[in-house]
Amino acid sequence: MKLVVFGWGNVARGDDALGPLLLAHIAESKWPDSILIEDYQLQIEHALDLEGADLALFLDAGRDTRKPFSFAEISPRHGLPPLSHALAPESVLSIFERTLGRRAPPAFLLCVRGENFDLGAGLSAEGVARLEAAWDFLQRIETARGPESWRARMTEM
Amino acid sequence: MASLEAAASPEKLRRIAIDPLTRVEGHGKVTLLLDAENKVHQVRLHIVEFRGFEAFIEGRPYWEVPVTVQRLCGICPVSHHLAAIKAMDAIAGYSHLTPTAEKLRRLMHYGQILQSHAVHFFHLASPDLLLGFDSEPTRRNIVGVAAEFPDLAKQGVLLRKFGQEVIRHTAGKRIHGVGAIPGGVNKALSEPERDSLRSEIDQMILWARDAVRMIARLHEVHPAFYSGFGAFRANMMGLVDRHGALDLYHGSLRARDADGGPIFDHIDYSTYEKVLTEEIKPWTYMKFPHIRALGPEAGWYRVGPLARIQICAYLPSELAEIERRDFLALGAGKPVHGALLYHWARMIEALHAAEVIRDLLDDPDIAGTELMAERGERQQEAVGVIEAPRGTLFHHYRVGEDDLVKFCRLIVSTTNNNQAMNEAIRAVASEYVDGRVLTEGLLNHIEVAIRAYDPCLSCATHAIGQMPLEVDLVDADGALVDRRRKNLGGA
Repeated sequence: MKLVVFGWGNVARGDDALGPLLLAHIAESKWPDSILIEDYQLQIEHALDLEGADLALFLDAGRDTRKPFSFAEISPRHGLPPLSHALAPESVLSIFERTLGRRAPPAFLLCVRGENFDLGAGLSAEGVARLEAAWDFLQRIETARGPESWRARMTEM
Repeated sequence: MASLEAAASPEKLRRIAIDPLTRVEGHGKVTLLLDAENKVHQVRLHIVEFRGFEAFIEGRPYWEVPVTVQRLCGICPVSHHLAAIKAMDAIAGYSHLTPTAEKLRRLMHYGQILQSHAVHFFHLASPDLLLGFDSEPTRRNIVGVAAEFPDLAKQGVLLRKFGQEVIRHTAGKRIHGVGAIPGGVNKALSEPERDSLRSEIDQMILWARDAVRMIARLHEVHPAFYSGFGAFRANMMGLVDRHGALDLYHGSLRARDADGGPIFDHIDYSTYEKVLTEEIKPWTYMKFPHIRALGPEAGWYRVGPLARIQICAYLPSELAEIERRDFLALGAGKPVHGALLYHWARMIEALHAAEVIRDLLDDPDIAGTELMAERGERQQEAVGVIEAPRGTLFHHYRVGEDDLVKFCRLIVSTTNNNQAMNEAIRAVASEYVDGRVLTEGLLNHIEVAIRAYDPCLSCATHAIGQMPLEVDLVDADGALVDRRRKNLGGA
């Protein structure tokens, strides 16, 4: 089952690095049959990265996310970001469907609670601990890769 | 219009705040003060977070800066990279580049322009162009125009993707690439990479031209609205080459007044402080640049596509210049100033960028291997300026003998447009909000006016689960009457 993983954020902005750092862990572990995409923000062309994928995983940091992280399935949702260029992962799925004319693959969002997003800051102490917890979780779900088994592991957003 | 910057008795007025709550891009907030009859007394675009870019840079080794500044902004990292490297060329003692190095940097830059303009127009702005029409016949006409361009969204994605590929091939990576280094570039463009890009560019040119044509057709549907929305007279500034033609990578500073008359011309950008200065206002962290000789009241200016294509003598690309001349005909010899005309100008620039990319790919130098120039005498201070997608971007540095940056000043495109964006929302508020019942649709007009400038209000942090846009309605006693929110997906 081909997996596309997006890890996005600015590693120079404290806990905003959590998504890219989780992606780096996956890269080091050499998950099979996986395409890894890192970027500062989600953008429209990321919809094309979903082409051919059986499953998508989005890795991000959040401010109001439950601690230490949440894991949930997401669905396509069209919408303009107000005063912003960044897209929500749901919008990327929506652009995939509108652009390519077919259903987006099942997609899940792992969102790690962050505390400090200041420019020039490193990971917060909480961010370090949650990164470890999230990575443990990712390794467990990777052992049973697939939408059905992942749905069984979802937490509340 | 300027009277709307400060109300006479703000304590007696209702306050409406369009307020992004997150640290996401969009650290801006719009406030409108209305009286009991909904008459607008004050409109301001505030930047509510101090970004501290300069402090982030100072103290770092100068050679690290062109890479580090890419962390400042997830929207235009290439622009910061190239503005910084132009300054660091001089700091490191390089007064010129090899032809291959300069052309590769240009290729990277025009790739950035193309992808940035594409994403803005096709996915952020095109829905805005369908807003604000009350009459059903007009709406039907607009739907008809849209039907003539059924693949618009897909073309936007592919144009953006192509621009990103240009960046990847010149910078080495999709993000965190290096590309330019003091004195040149560190990656050649291989012939297979060149050929791959060349095989697609003619299609990109056609799509970009179609986008220009679509905007022109929309304008025909309702010319008064498209020309008049958010319109106000403004000075304009940007870079031009020695012939006065548009050059987005390098040139000298030119400023024109609202009627197109000269203010200054061919100013060496390293001396920008002689002609420009910045004002600080207590209600926002974003400064207000203006032309020193004219002062803050009369000297503020507009930058970006709408300014650039009107102050230059011509575009050195055939198809884009034809479209520019059609655009200029709107003003019958005078500059045009409507906010929505930014979209038209932006896509003329996208077409121009695509043509420049094609010409660069056809230039034998582009696949050359002489990447580094000869080093001369090192400098302690230097300025790098580039025309970023949103407008003129200044990077100014002083570096000590220990190679560490001692001083850094960045005047980013959105800051250059600060007063212009404030004027735009005041124009819109006066026309669409003043004296009328407040609705979400009317408030959306404010958002449309700001988005026309394509502001980059932050850097690449973001946070799922926040509410990037909040609108508060507060009565004259300060009590919250109503609140509306939009999330990151715009719902």
